Amino acid sequence: MAASSTRRRSGERGRDASASRILTGRRLAAGAAQAAVLAAAAVVVWLAAGNAAANLGRLGVNTGFGFLGRPAGFAISQRLIDYSESSTYLRALEVAVLNTLILAAVSIALATPLGFALGLARRSPNGLLRALATGYVELLRNLPLLLQLFFWYVAVLRPLPSPRASLSLLGAVFLNVRGLILPRPLAAPGFDAVLVGLVLGIALAIAAARWIRRRRALRGDTAAPWLAVLAAVAAPPLLAVAVAGPPIQWELPALQGFNFSGGLVVQPELVAMALALSLYSAAYIAEIVRAGIDAVSRGQVEAARALGLRSRTINAKIVVPQALRVIVPPLGNEYLRLFRNTTLAAAIGYPDLTLIFAGTAVNQTAQAVEVMLIVCGCYLAINLAVSAGINAYNRRIGRSYR
Amino acid sequence: MSALGLGLRYRARSFLRSCISTPVNAVLSLGLALALAYWLVSLLEWALVHARWSGPAAACRDAPGACWYFIEQRWPLILYGGYPEGECWRVDVLFGLVLAAGALLLSRRVKYKGRIGVFLILVAPPLTALLLLGGFGGLAYVPTTRWGGLMLTVALGGAALAGSLPVGLALALCRRSDLPVIRGLAVGLIECLRGVPLVPLLFLAMTVLPLLLPPGTDPPPLLRAVGAFILFNGAGMAEVFRGGLQAIPKGQFEAARGLGLSAPKTLALVILPQAIAIVTPGLLNVAVAIVKETTVILIIGLHDFFDEIVAGLADPQWLQGGVGVLNTGYFFAALVYWAVCFGLSRVSARLELAKERRA
Repeated sequence: MAASSTRRRSGERGRDASASRILTGRRLAAGAAQAAVLAAAAVVVWLAAGNAAANLGRLGVNTGFGFLGRPAGFAISQRLIDYSESSTYLRALEVAVLNTLILAAVSIALATPLGFALGLARRSPNGLLRALATGYVELLRNLPLLLQLFFWYVAVLRPLPSPRASLSLLGAVFLNVRGLILPRPLAAPGFDAVLVGLVLGIALAIAAARWIRRRRALRGDTAAPWLAVLAAVAAPPLLAVAVAGPPIQWELPALQGFNFSGGLVVQPELVAMALALSLYSAAYIAEIVRAGIDAVSRGQVEAARALGLRSRTINAKIVVPQALRVIVPPLGNEYLRLFRNTTLAAAIGYPDLTLIFAGTAVNQTAQAVEVMLIVCGCYLAINLAVSAGINAYNRRIGRSYR
Repeated sequence: MSALGLGLRYRARSFLRSCISTPVNAVLSLGLALALAYWLVSLLEWALVHARWSGPAAACRDAPGACWYFIEQRWPLILYGGYPEGECWRVDVLFGLVLAAGALLLSRRVKYKGRIGVFLILVAPPLTALLLLGGFGGLAYVPTTRWGGLMLTVALGGAALAGSLPVGLALALCRRSDLPVIRGLAVGLIECLRGVPLVPLLFLAMTVLPLLLPPGTDPPPLLRAVGAFILFNGAGMAEVFRGGLQAIPKGQFEAARGLGLSAPKTLALVILPQAIAIVTPGLLNVAVAIVKETTVILIIGLHDFFDEIVAGLADPQWLQGGVGVLNTGYFFAALVYWAVCFGLSRVSARLELAKERRA
């Protein structure tokens, strides 16, 4: 809804001219009313600031953002960058923001394919598949996310066996009460060479696609360029692998004594959060995808069929491009919702921005005003940035298609 | 009846045909049907056949089914939380009011739904709050810190719903105003409230709000949570209302002005009745969101319906019950939330469909 606001604003003006009579009177009254509102807002802010100063003075709390440079003194159980108890609050903020972002990224990466699969299943010709997908959507959409989160964390992950009796997949992935243990990718000697090869391959592919498209325009070929493009992308990195060896070595986790050594340990809190968020959001994404498919009118498909297009071509050239235009904006809003929902992490102790800053840092510094300003500012900034992106996409689509 | 039977038979036949239209489809259907049947049978066995209906708690440990004894034992806490036992009739009044309100608003025969709605939004919540708090006329005072269980969930959800409707409408009207100051303030407030998640807002209400109030005023946690819920969902409702206001054709405003109606009368007699009919499905969706969100308050230490169950599960007496008790608790909570939310979503979908048919 926020996404479409800017798009409609230009059209809204005309209607506003009449709607406005509700809240305007004459011009003078209008000016007076606005001045009064501004004055009232200023008085409220002034009173609140006065109270805050009095309260903080009474409690003997420091003010200002100087605390960001002081050592935080608390440990964080999951850190993607170097952090220790002697690191500063600023560093703790970076760690916390990264934890929030990695959680959102993992959940989005899991929710999107599942949501698309469910959305397609809801429009499947098979009635049973359709019914099951509908059941999934109606079940998960109508349960509180926090309940689902607790279920995964407390009733599923916590009763898992100890490391010695881990559930294992192919001897490489292990699941136990301490979390999910994955093979850890390590850069091997061939890493740089393959990276260069990949960059080269992408450049080559772009050039090849251009060349093929130009040739096709000149000669009227119908051959699709994708095979040549794929070859152009894949060839240089494969060559690099052949010459310099594989780019990544996988460090397999191994059981030593009572715990695993090596591998990449994913905390149970992150596993539970990612599971709950992605399964919940997938239900909403399924609805968005279904609406997108429904938005492509049947006549389009029938007309394409009458023209003799193959069903693959119909999907690729007629249905998907039009459905995607309908899907992308609400999908962006759903990602934003997922991002906002990561804050539930505070309930199970996943060290995200809310728990570390709105929780621990407020308790330690007592500078609630400054810390909460930072926390809310971070969420607001990320939210507004993504919203702006969605609005830009909407405008672009509006210009080129409508 | 026979027409209905025919329709059902036709639908059943076309459903079956769709499941076995091609060999691949038939195999897929068979696999799905087997999995579904297996799952349903195990669920029934777990919930009914192997379930334990009586104590002691330790007996649930090795039972292969649900432990309904847990729900039975915790029932008073789940319903009333820490509310004093002798005063629970006041809570029953609250439950009765909510049930009556739901029945009145959902029934198709009841008239004057607008007036009932206004009463439920403006008059009923403060009266109910006074009754639950007490402290006058012989009613014992029950501080909000003793509220809990389903009662707290209903009180919080009801207050959030009743409060966010007028706030949302006011914000939406301000956003449509052409006074730049008012519009700017409304847009800023709505975007900020929609951009910050609920949990940080609750933390804000718990930590920062007391600092901004005069020294000595210390609103109880529940009141702060209600404030955060009203602002957060008010912004959501504002966006729904805005959609409704935008859908009213310009001619309606002009016709009302042509009839010489004043601005408030235009709003109350012409615009709002049409807009509310348009936005009701959207508002119900926000109501579903509110019901689901109420669970979040366990993060700030309030004991709502869900938290009473979670706290029961963490009780040493029940911890020894093992996974069986855990699953029973979550299953029961899920059943209650799902019934309420699914019911509301169905009503919303029905109204949406009726709206599309009219259009």
